[in-house]
Amino acid sequence: MQQLIRFATDYIGYVLKGGTRFYAWMGSLAALIVCMLYVFYLQNTEGLIVTGMTSQIHDGLYFANLVFLVGVAAGAVTIVFPAYVYHHEGMHKVSVLGEMLAITAVIMVMVFVFAHMGRPDRLWHMIPPWGIYSFSAMLGWDVLVLNGYLFLNFICGFYYLWCKYTGNPINKKWFIPLVYVAIVWALSIHTVTAFLIATMPSRPMWHHSMMPIRFICTAFAAGPALIILIFMIIRKNTKFWIDDSAIKLLSTIVTWCLGLAIFLTLSEVVVELYARTEHANGLFYLMFGLHGLTGLVPWFWTAVILMVGAFILFLTPSVRNNMKLLPIPCGMAFVGIWIEKGMGLIVPGFIPSPIGEVTEYYPTFVEWLMTAGIWAFGFFILTILLKGAIGILLGDIKCGSTAAAAK
Amino acid sequence: MTTAQPPSLDSQQPPCTAQPASANPDQCGSCTPPQTTRRGFLKAGGMLSLSSLMGTAALMTQSDDAHAAAEWAEHFQKNYRLMTDEEKNEARLRLEKRYSAEYGKAVSVDTTGPQAGVLMGYALNIRKCIGCRRCVHACVAENNQSRGTRPGEKIEWIQVLRMERGKFEQEKMDHGYPEGLGIQVGGNAYTPAGQVLEGQFHYNPPAVPEKDATYMPIACMQCEKPPCVKVCPVRTTYREGDGPVVIDYNWCIGCRMCMGACPYWARRINLTTPVLPKAEMNPVTHYLGNRPRMRGVVEKCHWCLQRTRQGRYPACVEVCPVGARKFGNLLDPESEVSKILARKNIFRLKAELNTFPKFFYFYD
Repeated sequence: MQQLIRFATDYIGYVLKGGTRFYAWMGSLAALIVCMLYVFYLQNTEGLIVTGMTSQIHDGLYFANLVFLVGVAAGAVTIVFPAYVYHHEGMHKVSVLGEMLAITAVIMVMVFVFAHMGRPDRLWHMIPPWGIYSFSAMLGWDVLVLNGYLFLNFICGFYYLWCKYTGNPINKKWFIPLVYVAIVWALSIHTVTAFLIATMPSRPMWHHSMMPIRFICTAFAAGPALIILIFMIIRKNTKFWIDDSAIKLLSTIVTWCLGLAIFLTLSEVVVELYARTEHANGLFYLMFGLHGLTGLVPWFWTAVILMVGAFILFLTPSVRNNMKLLPIPCGMAFVGIWIEKGMGLIVPGFIPSPIGEVTEYYPTFVEWLMTAGIWAFGFFILTILLKGAIGILLGDIKCGSTAAAAK
Repeated sequence: MTTAQPPSLDSQQPPCTAQPASANPDQCGSCTPPQTTRRGFLKAGGMLSLSSLMGTAALMTQSDDAHAAAEWAEHFQKNYRLMTDEEKNEARLRLEKRYSAEYGKAVSVDTTGPQAGVLMGYALNIRKCIGCRRCVHACVAENNQSRGTRPGEKIEWIQVLRMERGKFEQEKMDHGYPEGLGIQVGGNAYTPAGQVLEGQFHYNPPAVPEKDATYMPIACMQCEKPPCVKVCPVRTTYREGDGPVVIDYNWCIGCRMCMGACPYWARRINLTTPVLPKAEMNPVTHYLGNRPRMRGVVEKCHWCLQRTRQGRYPACVEVCPVGARKFGNLLDPESEVSKILARKNIFRLKAELNTFPKFFYFYD
């Protein structure tokens, strides 16, 4: 117990130490978080009327980010899987960083859920024994698997760090099985999120069985793309060295998952637009506009250009093998998928409405501020988690000699 | 216009859940719920939730004690379906008190349950509908919908879709696509003719019916297999024993999954506190029906439970000037609706989705 307290104090002490740049970074994030809290207050006094959502288009930017971030959380498995199943040396060293990213992404998802809800004060209605848990509701399952994933990653990640800190060997008897469970669980969170929207025949744009695999593909492209970017930043700013082999494997994963994602999108376009039933109206609105309304057309084509462009760059050896250029396609893939899977998937699901009404959705400033604030909150947590984890991996945070003697 | 009692409902036994018949809050003044408040508070006391913080805030800031205490207790009440009769009664009295204070008139909140032997059904004669939208306005007035002017503040449960009749034209015979080459893979000789669900409900002609249009009213279909109920994560919306799908507004978390799942766009979200002028508020309400809603919850048509469980017709049926709307007991072979189902050509909207609506369209 004493050791645990010492771990916590050492960890916090290490994280708090930092230069001006660190504090400027955290300070600006904190400012955005304060803005987020203000608009959250606004949403819960004025109501969701301060957002651009309506009864026609009632899921917007928040839901889009939620779906995307579940993918980022699941994407962390692209580190853990090669590390533990294929025993990839470079990946094994950094697998705990992937777990930290997963923890952060799941927390962000939960904050987006809060932002999305009309009555966040009643969230406890979902939680037994006070509330009711509905097994028939996909949203109930989503909450369950997300919390499970958070728990698994928290245990695996911090147990690993704890062992590094104390110098004790890892108890593989339960740790390794738990890691395997977490790997499968990662697939489950995104599959259930896909089911969440794919199980509604009322929304033909989403109602197809391709949705889960498309979600997984885009997640395993966007997730590792973000991880590569983070690794680059870590390599540049800390003493912690991440092997080229790890980054190369990740970029290979991004490339092929991105390729599959593009293929699936093209398949959908052909299948839907060839027959051109009323069920294709959502996709048609997204690509070309409908009844003169074209709000999402620029979004869609931007996403296409970014994704296809990133794919081509990833396939070009001079870009792929150049660590200075690699962040460019990674950034493009990340933003492209954010659009394609967020605004480009959620919003056109509501256009036209089930009774044929074509309306548009424009996120308000409040929504942008909330979204920026939640992302800032995510980066805030991620910075703390990664800094602490790296400190432990480097041996900067270590069980002191006094504690070792006491033991 | 008919004011007659629906025979189907009339012939049934009295409500099976015995509740104090009324609802005058002045009479019930003595049965205030301080006990409940305390009990509810203790029950949920261990839980650090936002609701408790907000409740405290309400207690501290609101000068109106009754109002604050009622709201405070409302935060901790159970899902309506799981309440005992006693708890339902407490919740009812609490609401009556709060609404009466808020709207300055005696508001009653009915908690009459489903009646034995009744399964409500609805039939609409689309040949007769003239698109006057009196049903829409009667519904708004009866069911205390939000009447604001800002976008998102105005809520209507019934939509009357205007469908263009459309026609085929001789001059367009040679038009086709690709354009300019004559008919290649398809022609363009038609204008929208009877395309289902490409309608428009924001129409405003000087007079109805219009020559070139037909009308198709839509509201909640009260499905036997409602997709909205399936997706609700907190079971706040459910099918009542006598058929209608209802919502416990006090339990709804505003996640809007039900709105996404509804194939008939029957549900609306209260984006803000509903705009309901005191003078226009209908004080005869039902707990699962037309009682005033709050910010952030979903609402929809419930076939006027406050009326139909007392043997009256829904407001839209009563107001329809052409008698296109019929309502009654599906289990009673002598009811108007049963006779329509037995004798007329009927169809259900989007039948391919297997939602089994209890709302039927028919024509003579």
